Amino acid sequence: MKWFDYECPRTVEAAVGLLSAPGRKVRALAGGTDLLVQLRAGRREADLVVDIKEIGELNELRLDSSGLTIGAAVPCYRIYNDPAICRAYPGLIDAVSLIGGTQIQGRASLGGNLANAAPSADAVPILIALGAQCLIAGPGGPRSLPVEDFCVAPGRNALAPGELLVSIHLAPPLPGSGAAYLRFIPRNEMDIAVVGAGASVVLKGNVFAAARIALASVAPVPLFVADAGDSLIGKPVDEASINAAAEIARAAAKPITDMRGTAEYRRHLCGVMTRRAIARAIARGKETN
Amino acid sequence: MPAQTHVTATINGEPVQFLCEPRQSLLECLRDILGMTGTKEGCNDGNCGSCTIVFDGRIVTSCLVLGVEARGKEISTIEGIARGNRLHPLQQAFLENAALQCGICTPGFIVAAKALLDQEPEPDEERIRFWLANNLCRCTGYDKIVRAVEQAAAVCKQEAAR
Repeated sequence: MKWFDYECPRTVEAAVGLLSAPGRKVRALAGGTDLLVQLRAGRREADLVVDIKEIGELNELRLDSSGLTIGAAVPCYRIYNDPAICRAYPGLIDAVSLIGGTQIQGRASLGGNLANAAPSADAVPILIALGAQCLIAGPGGPRSLPVEDFCVAPGRNALAPGELLVSIHLAPPLPGSGAAYLRFIPRNEMDIAVVGAGASVVLKGNVFAAARIALASVAPVPLFVADAGDSLIGKPVDEASINAAAEIARAAAKPITDMRGTAEYRRHLCGVMTRRAIARAIARGKETN
Repeated sequence: MPAQTHVTATINGEPVQFLCEPRQSLLECLRDILGMTGTKEGCNDGNCGSCTIVFDGRIVTSCLVLGVEARGKEISTIEGIARGNRLHPLQQAFLENAALQCGICTPGFIVAAKALLDQEPEPDEERIRFWLANNLCRCTGYDKIVRAVEQAAAVCKQEAAR
C-alpha cells in the first residue's frame, strides 16, 4: 500500500475536522474489508485514513421504543448476535449474516457496506425496504437522508467532502410487518450477488397496508422499486398480487452482462427473487400479526 | 515520510511492542517485524483466510487489519494454540486425518476452528462448513478438514468431561 497517515479520533467533531482537511485525500476506516483492499489495489487513494471505530456514536447499537440505531462502525456480528434485534428485524439479519464469511463479519460494518456504495451491497436493499434513514455529520451540521438516496453511482455516495455517516436508523416494526432479503449466488456462501431482493410488507388481515421493494446488482446503484411496493397496497395477500409486483420489479431492473450473469438472466432472476422475498416477508408478517 | 507508530499489544498472552508504518497490515507486522511467520499470507485481500487470527475476541483476516489498529488489543495467533510441547487436539486431528497437504491454509483453518469450538463445543457439519467458509484450501477438498474438526470437538468434549 502507498504511504498514508493514520488518525484515530474520539469524537464525531474531531473526525469531521480531519475529513474536512483541505487538499488531502481522506478516507474513513471502519472494518477495512473494502477500503484496505481498494487502497492496496490502487482503486481508491488516501493520504490520510481516519479510523472511526473509537467514536462512541459510531459504535452505538440501540434497540428501544424509537426503533433501532446502528452506529456506522458496528460490525455485522454484533447485529446478528443480538437476540432482540434478530426477533425485531429478521430481514436485516438475513443480509448481515451473509456479507462475507465469519472473518469478514467480525470486522465489516453495516455503515461501510452502505458507504462503499457497491451496486451489489447486500445490506442496502433491505435497508431501503425497511425505510432506513442515514444520520450524517459534517462541517455544515447534521442532516438525515433516506437510505435510497445515499448511493449515487457505483462506488460513490451522497456524502459531501468532510461529511461522515454516523448511524443508520430503523423505525420500530409495526404489527403485521415482515421483511426478508434473498441473494442469488451460484454457491452457498461467500460470493457477490448476481441479484439480491429485499422486501418489506405490512399486513392488515389479508390485505397489504404497505410494502417496499429494492434490488441489488441490477442497476448502477441499489435500486428502490417504489412502484412494485406501491402496487401491493390495498391488494389481497395472494399469488396474483405478488406476481404483479414481481413483474414491476423485473421490468424496472437495468442489469448489465458481466462474468456473474447476463442481463437477460438477471432480469429473469429479479422476478423470481422478488416473488420469493415478498413471500418470505409475508410469512414473517403473519407471525407478528 | 510519516513517522512510524509505536504499537503495544498482547499477543498470545504476552505483552509485545513494535514500530510500524500506518500502511502496514497487521499480517505484515506479525510476519516481517515480529518474525511470527506461522500466520500465512495467501490472497492478501480477505478472501482466503490463511492469515486468520483472533483480534479483540473475533476471528479476522489479518491482511485487512492495519498494524496501528492493534494498539492495546488482545491478539491470538497459531503460535499460541499448542499447549506447551503438546499439540492442541485440533492440530493432532489435522495430522491424523491428513487434513493438510501444502499447509499454507492450515494455520488459518486451525485458528478459525478453535474459535468455533471455544464458543460451540458441538457444532454440526453444516455449522462447521459455514463457519469455515472464509478459509480456502486448494489441496484437501475440505472433507478431511471437516472430519478433523469433528474429531477435535469430540476430544475437547472428553477432556472437558474429565
